[in-house]
Amino acid sequence: MVEFLPPALILIVAAFLIGPTRGIVRDIVVLGAPLLTLWAIWQVPNGVVTTVPFLDYVIEPVEGSELRRWFATIFGIMTFVGGLYAYRQAKWYELAAAFAYAAGAIGVCFAGDLITLFLFWEFMALFSTVIVWSGGTPAARAAGIRYAIMHLLGGIILKVGIEGVVIHTGSIDIQPMLATSLDTWLILIGILINAAAPPVSAWLADAYPESSPTGSVFLSAYTTKTAVIALILLFPGEQVLIWVGLYMIMYGIIYALLENDARRILAYSIVNQVGFMVCAVGIGTEMALNGAAAHAFAHIIYKALLFMSAGVVLYRTGKSKCTDLGGLFRTMPITTICGIIGALSISSFPLTSGFTTKTMISTAATDEGMMLVYFLLTAASAGVFLHAGIKFPWFVFFQKDSGLRPKDAPWNMSAAMIIFSALCIFMGVYPESFYGYLPYEVNFEPYKAGKVLFYIQLLLFSGLAFFLLLPMMKRTLTISLDFDWFWRVFLYQAGKLVVDAGTEFRDVFIRRWQATSASYVDRLRRYFGQSGMDNKRGMFASAWPIGTTALWIAVLLSTYILVHYL
Amino acid sequence: MNQQQDDHWLVRPDSIRLLWRIFWAVLALTVALQIFIKVKGYFGVDGWIGFGAAFGFLSCVAMVVFAKWLGLILKRDDNYYREEDDHG
Repeated sequence: MVEFLPPALILIVAAFLIGPTRGIVRDIVVLGAPLLTLWAIWQVPNGVVTTVPFLDYVIEPVEGSELRRWFATIFGIMTFVGGLYAYRQAKWYELAAAFAYAAGAIGVCFAGDLITLFLFWEFMALFSTVIVWSGGTPAARAAGIRYAIMHLLGGIILKVGIEGVVIHTGSIDIQPMLATSLDTWLILIGILINAAAPPVSAWLADAYPESSPTGSVFLSAYTTKTAVIALILLFPGEQVLIWVGLYMIMYGIIYALLENDARRILAYSIVNQVGFMVCAVGIGTEMALNGAAAHAFAHIIYKALLFMSAGVVLYRTGKSKCTDLGGLFRTMPITTICGIIGALSISSFPLTSGFTTKTMISTAATDEGMMLVYFLLTAASAGVFLHAGIKFPWFVFFQKDSGLRPKDAPWNMSAAMIIFSALCIFMGVYPESFYGYLPYEVNFEPYKAGKVLFYIQLLLFSGLAFFLLLPMMKRTLTISLDFDWFWRVFLYQAGKLVVDAGTEFRDVFIRRWQATSASYVDRLRRYFGQSGMDNKRGMFASAWPIGTTALWIAVLLSTYILVHYL
Repeated sequence: MNQQQDDHWLVRPDSIRLLWRIFWAVLALTVALQIFIKVKGYFGVDGWIGFGAAFGFLSCVAMVVFAKWLGLILKRDDNYYREEDDHG
């Protein structure tokens, strides 16, 4: 029963068309396909609408629900605005890969069964790797390989988990489960790897900042947020996610504080923000899941906006390290203002999208009486303002004058940034406009005088802390070690040690063997062959020739005959 | 002096001093406003006057100090991995 083709197909076709088309036709494909996809997304009704028999299973490539359309919508919007941002600057293969990558994300949103989910999951891994490689530098190539290994590994873990669940339950349906058996644990781990959960969070800050100025905008949006929707679909209320989420939140802040590269700061803050969503999924109430979904939507917009402003800076100056930047506000007013709007949104300042979405999550924590979780989330909100809200714009656009006077963004990049800035503010000012589309009914009032005052105090005093502690945050030309040190250095060195030891052993063995066998050959020569300068024969080799032997036998035989007849 | 005049308004020492004064005033105002606007404390303590201010400030100080300390252990030169790769 194919009532409805997957909306993702439109973007896949578009990805194929981006290569061969040129000029205005390509512009139409890049800008039109995401809009067409958005239209298709909103045609998907609730419930399973398409089924395809495959082996012994019934595959459900398209299943609609509020939650699925909600995530697919933001992925569609992201593809459109990202396409607008990138289409005049990005290489064609990067754009094509970005569209295929987005198609994978939208495919996951509508996947009605675990097999479809897995297929689109791997589709994303494949094409996001191409985007990392499109960075074009040797560092990007190496980071892309590490990224691919991590995601293929995650894919295998997910696949083993899915097969376990299918064998043990006989069902390939996507339905809420808890991590109670090995199968479900493996699925959870497979998803969490894509969410950049510990201990593998490092893949994100390793790979994304190596991509091109346009590539990182796409990368920031899809992989981690499809992991969030997968968690909402499969593991709502799984307690362990609360602590995983809180770890990610704190990890993101601390590493971003230590970081020097502007795009790497933003990459760490993705982990931080996804931590809020993962934590919300762990809380698992309707309010929390609404919060996770709403925050994912808002986050994709402001995070892409931040990466866009960092991307413009990199595109114009070729630099992204805080130590090289500063004072750019003079000549880049649009980029600066849009970057600041993104920074205020991520910090959940009142009147921005961060405030109307993230506070749903902390309210969900208070509703459940989770005091520790609530205070940690609140402290983290202050920390977000510290590491992303002020640190990013301050070091890039203000601080010392770096002497750089780059031009502001090209018009299409400006347009993309302005659209997203407007959306950040629109969602902050008119939250009721989107609350109706969330998966559950919203009983939440974002703007209460007391709450707004509390957050303003919290954030402004965090700002005070930032400026008073500035001497402690002097940027240094450094990176920070992470768990990936264990496989990039420790395992590598350990492996090298084993290989070296093996080589050594082989060499010694061969030498010994050669020596031993040489002595055997020597001995054989001595007894059976000729040796020495004088061609002397060995003991056994020096026997008489056959002719002499035959003669002697003949003599013996004739003697015998003679004796017989005598 | 001339150079100072040429530079952008935002980076002149006079204006920075002014901005700091405004900032302090706003900070004081946000705490003072709590006399008139009641902040609902979900767990009691978070309803106290100036709790948001103190909590925000202290959490940030704690995070920066912790990051600084962690940085002593974890920070490496920019080229750390590149050198590792070259050795390999």
